[in-house]
Amino acid sequence: MAEANPQKVFAPWEDPNQAPLIRFEGVTKKFGTFTAVDNLNLDIYRGEFFALLGPSGCGKTTLMRMLAGFEDPTMGNIWLDDVDVAPIPPNKRPVNMMFQSYALFPHLTVWDNIAFGLKRSDMPQEQIGDRVQAMLRLTRLEQFAKRKPHQISGGQRQRVALARSLAKAPKLLLLDEPLGALDKKLRQETQFELMDIQEKTGTTFVIVTHDQEEAMTVATRVAVMDHGKLVQVATPAGIYETPNSVYVADFIGEVNIIEGAAAPMGDGKVDIAFAEGVEPIHATIGEPVTAGQKVFFAIRPEKIHVGREPDPTRANRIRGKVHDIAYLGNISTYRVELETGQMISAQMTNARRLSRRDFTWEDEVWLSWTDTAGVVLTR
Amino acid sequence: MNLRRLTLILVPYLWLMGFFLVPFLIVVKIALSDTAIAIPPYWPVLDLSAGWTGIKEFFSELDFENFVFLTEDSLYWKSYLSSLQIASISTFLTLLVGYPIAYAMAQAPDEWRPTLMMLVILPFWTSFLIRVYSWVGIIANEGLLNQFLLWTGLISEPLQIMNTPTAVYIGIVYTYLPFMILPIYATLEKMDGSLIEAAVDLGCSRGKAFWLVTLPLSRPGMIAGCFLVFIPALGEFVIPSLLGGSQTLMIGKVLWEEFFSNRDWPVAAAVAVVLLMILVIPIMLFQRNQERQEEAGR
Repeated sequence: MAEANPQKVFAPWEDPNQAPLIRFEGVTKKFGTFTAVDNLNLDIYRGEFFALLGPSGCGKTTLMRMLAGFEDPTMGNIWLDDVDVAPIPPNKRPVNMMFQSYALFPHLTVWDNIAFGLKRSDMPQEQIGDRVQAMLRLTRLEQFAKRKPHQISGGQRQRVALARSLAKAPKLLLLDEPLGALDKKLRQETQFELMDIQEKTGTTFVIVTHDQEEAMTVATRVAVMDHGKLVQVATPAGIYETPNSVYVADFIGEVNIIEGAAAPMGDGKVDIAFAEGVEPIHATIGEPVTAGQKVFFAIRPEKIHVGREPDPTRANRIRGKVHDIAYLGNISTYRVELETGQMISAQMTNARRLSRRDFTWEDEVWLSWTDTAGVVLTR
Repeated sequence: MNLRRLTLILVPYLWLMGFFLVPFLIVVKIALSDTAIAIPPYWPVLDLSAGWTGIKEFFSELDFENFVFLTEDSLYWKSYLSSLQIASISTFLTLLVGYPIAYAMAQAPDEWRPTLMMLVILPFWTSFLIRVYSWVGIIANEGLLNQFLLWTGLISEPLQIMNTPTAVYIGIVYTYLPFMILPIYATLEKMDGSLIEAAVDLGCSRGKAFWLVTLPLSRPGMIAGCFLVFIPALGEFVIPSLLGGSQTLMIGKVLWEEFFSNRDWPVAAAVAVVLLMILVIPIMLFQRNQERQEEAGR
């Protein structure tokens, strides 16, 4: 986790002296009556691998297309390196894009595809060859230079698209669902490759994806979008551990949400009464809440301990019955029904062999978690 | 299963054999015969009742006289050349007119496309002959076009368009335009729009992107369209005889005269066979070349 290693964290967004590479200032984009991007403010810093994450139709692609210059904001300004990009046409922007469909030119060889942008620039002819060669080496495509796009595999095409968009050494590289067309195993390999290449070239990457796992893996920061607004912008760990809303908590990974009434206990502690006659949940809060306020307690399944006996070292202990077990090999997910009828997911690593597990379906178990394991959300 | 597959393959081949190869062989046979005042108007006629000697005699009578005759009279090779020229120029003009129309159709909003497509096909619903003939009313000396130009004062004398090659070009471009538009439109329409965006993103202006991406990618459509126009235009008979007058030499007209006016079937057949060769040989060469290019790309 990034926070655990304070000596060499890359976190320009926390440094007030850093000027952002990209600044969105009150940007709104409307298509007819539909508002795709709604009064959005966002800073992205040099060298970042920034992920825009959200369901389809949330405005993330529109945001990216505005950076590339294919869409103009209806209102607001976009600054790139302190220059307002609004009057700059897409072919003059120091921004390149890797398209979801890759958009490789089918009539040109891999070599010519990569050289395409360089030939349009003022780079002297003799340097173009070297640059293309360097890009081929970077993406390990040397032996495919003479092939046409339809003669190589999907993964190779993806690398050609990456090489082509990186060839002009843009200040900013936009990646539109770059791994969407690859199968799962290849996608995971390519994620690390992307991170590697981003580090090697030092280019600022902005990636659009609807795959939360992908965003978490590659990004320095993730922006979760919904209905044209940014819901939360934070590091992957920040998004996962301290989501600022039920929407974000629910969008990223699995989570249990328990609704209840808050009773502040002072010292940053809060008790949440969620059902009659059951002990309230003990939790810590980040933002102040008033007594009786409706709050949501969000806790990740892996933060809950499942056992035959209550764990006395943890502040919260609730009894329930095992409703379902999903055995995934390394871990098992238990769906436990509380006496109040709520269903809670809990995850345990299978440290012992399956045959030695001492509870099974319909067994009574205790769920235990500490008072810092979950987050209290007000929206 | 094998029988089914065999039938599937056999049916189109039998069709081609029955309706193309056999009639073509008959035409070749007539081209090798001599003209005669008889029914049918050529000789020899295969007489199977005479047995083996009959067949032998039949083949010994066939010769290349008519093909030699074609090279002796300058009318023929001049007609071929003039046809080639008229067909080439009008194919090129059709491409110039058709490409922008196809491009505009492909760029049009989705809901308009069926209507635009309909408009391109619509002229086919009227008789070809009437459509060509109505051009006479437009381009004749006292036709609509000349009357309009005289009225605006742009010209003081009517333009002589009728009975010139220009009239033939107008007729061919007008008639064959849909055959150019449709294949080009088909290639443009299925082109991925992000290719143009990618080209622009990599530094091209819109115009340059068109030149470097759209145009090369629509090449198959352009080639198909050119073939579809060039081939029928080369043997065109109706348009030159209605609009081109007596001065326009085209092989289709010569063929018609040999066949109906002179009733010289063997020479007419020879003209047709040579015309087919002129068409088939370049197409075969072109396809060989295409295949070789494909191979080289691999």
